[in-house]
Amino acid sequence: MNKCTERLYNGIIKENPTFVLMLGMCPTLAVTTSAINGIGMGLSTTVVLALSNLLISILRNMIPDRVRVPSFIVVVASFVTMVEFLVKGFVPSLYASLGIYIPLIVVNCIILGRAESYASKNGPLPSLFDGIGMGLGFTCSITIIGAFREFIGAGQLFGNQILPIADAASGKAGYVPITIFVLAPGAFLVLGSLTAVINAINNKKKAAGKAVVEAVGCGDGCASCASKSVCQTANLNAAPKAEAVPVKPAEAVKPAETAEETKKDE
Amino acid sequence: MSELLHVSSSPHVRSKDTTQKIMLYVVISLLPAACFGVYNFGMQALVLILVTIASCVLSEYVFNMITKRKQTIQDLSAVVTGLLLALNLPPAFPWYLAIVGGIFAIIVVKMVFGGLGQNFMNPALGARCFLLISFTGYMTNFTYDGESVATPLALLKAGESVKTMDLFMGTTAGTIGETCVIALLAGAIFLILMGVIQITIPASYIITFAIFTFLFGGHGFDMTFLVAELCGGGLMLGAFFMATDYATSPITTNGRIIFGICLGILTGVFRFYGASAEGVSYAIIFSNLLVPLIERVSRPKAFGKGGKA
Repeated sequence: MNKCTERLYNGIIKENPTFVLMLGMCPTLAVTTSAINGIGMGLSTTVVLALSNLLISILRNMIPDRVRVPSFIVVVASFVTMVEFLVKGFVPSLYASLGIYIPLIVVNCIILGRAESYASKNGPLPSLFDGIGMGLGFTCSITIIGAFREFIGAGQLFGNQILPIADAASGKAGYVPITIFVLAPGAFLVLGSLTAVINAINNKKKAAGKAVVEAVGCGDGCASCASKSVCQTANLNAAPKAEAVPVKPAEAVKPAETAEETKKDE
Repeated sequence: MSELLHVSSSPHVRSKDTTQKIMLYVVISLLPAACFGVYNFGMQALVLILVTIASCVLSEYVFNMITKRKQTIQDLSAVVTGLLLALNLPPAFPWYLAIVGGIFAIIVVKMVFGGLGQNFMNPALGARCFLLISFTGYMTNFTYDGESVATPLALLKAGESVKTMDLFMGTTAGTIGETCVIALLAGAIFLILMGVIQITIPASYIITFAIFTFLFGGHGFDMTFLVAELCGGGLMLGAFFMATDYATSPITTNGRIIFGICLGILTGVFRFYGASAEGVSYAIIFSNLLVPLIERVSRPKAFGKGGKA
């Protein structure tokens, strides 16, 4: 697979920022009251992510290591300001429904995370595609969450009334919307259930031996990585397949715990 | 092999209690309130009770089947959840939405977290709050004798008075199981005598709430108002049957007292300062979330550890 398409696949499926990396939870939970909001938020983030990844990657050899985080933030904030003005100017309705969450893209951890773990270590073109991939992955997931919440909570999809709403006063039969899904608790319920479904699918794949170890968000292959001696993933990837399969977290942790407990008892 | 020869390492459990037996006692203790609810509100109450119980038991059965777990419906806990949920619904609540409530109680609040004993929140109350937020119109529409009327608590909040005797007898509007204090107390006394629940949580809950009412209720030291607040809403049902749920209440006596105090204060805050007249269900599920913290501070010291000498 070509490196750029590999980056796209990685962002959308393999390391989906919402369901696999669990990054950017704040906009995921807050703006997904409808599918349209999800798309709007996702695309704005994608634009910022792609452009900031590109610029940071170009500047990566000029930015001193010590001040890299402030420098990244300055770059990201400039792009967010541009996007904010564009959205405000051309799609005012979307701007009104997203509100404070557009300026808050600056502190979206997906963007800083990609800048730190990918763009600052790789060339401009892969970084650009990494940004696009991650952004599209984010867009897809929050649109799906938004669609579920909108459908269950209001009987609508992309603003169109799909299910006729029941009217108790006139005795008209129809769908009784489960309002909790467009409120805050619904975001947690939908995100949790979807993550559970995706984990179940991944676990099945793992059991069937298709994928070895899911990545941790560190771009390149493990062989060329500087920190491979300390990285668990690198070790697991390097180990023969048979051993790499399910390391049960519970079992792995147990000995350490019992050791601690015995210490306490003493 | 006879029971006598069966030797295992200590501690030796000698009690004959089983989950099934305890749950059966809870069901029996709820029957007076349920029967009175059916008598008071008619067939629609009976339909709701049966529908929620069926929905809870079926959800648990199907969940266990799909996830290939050991079947757990015979422990009757789903029946208790269904019954409690029904007793917490207004009589005119649509039965098809009650099914949604039952599914939510069992699947989302209980089974997803690992089943009975692993749930962090009372399933019946979790579902009640889910329904209350989702279907506010239906959940706050109380009918009595075919007419929409205000509950005693709503009347009190509006500054009107209610007849204390009606509250004891249960001939008022309200959810199916909360109205008749006599039936609830009869069930509670049965549970206490059978050793299923201890008086600690209900007692500290009610005492704290009483003190809170005197101080902040806005009526001063008014016994009639206090009795109306205690008996008019879901407080009795909540204090004796839902706050005492084993899985979601602290296990130590000190912890239980703290838990009851939290419940009393929260109920008072929700009732007197909140927008709605009722606050027992929110108070209980909120306190359920505090239980791990309460258990941490109320953990007893092991013999010989700590102390002065």
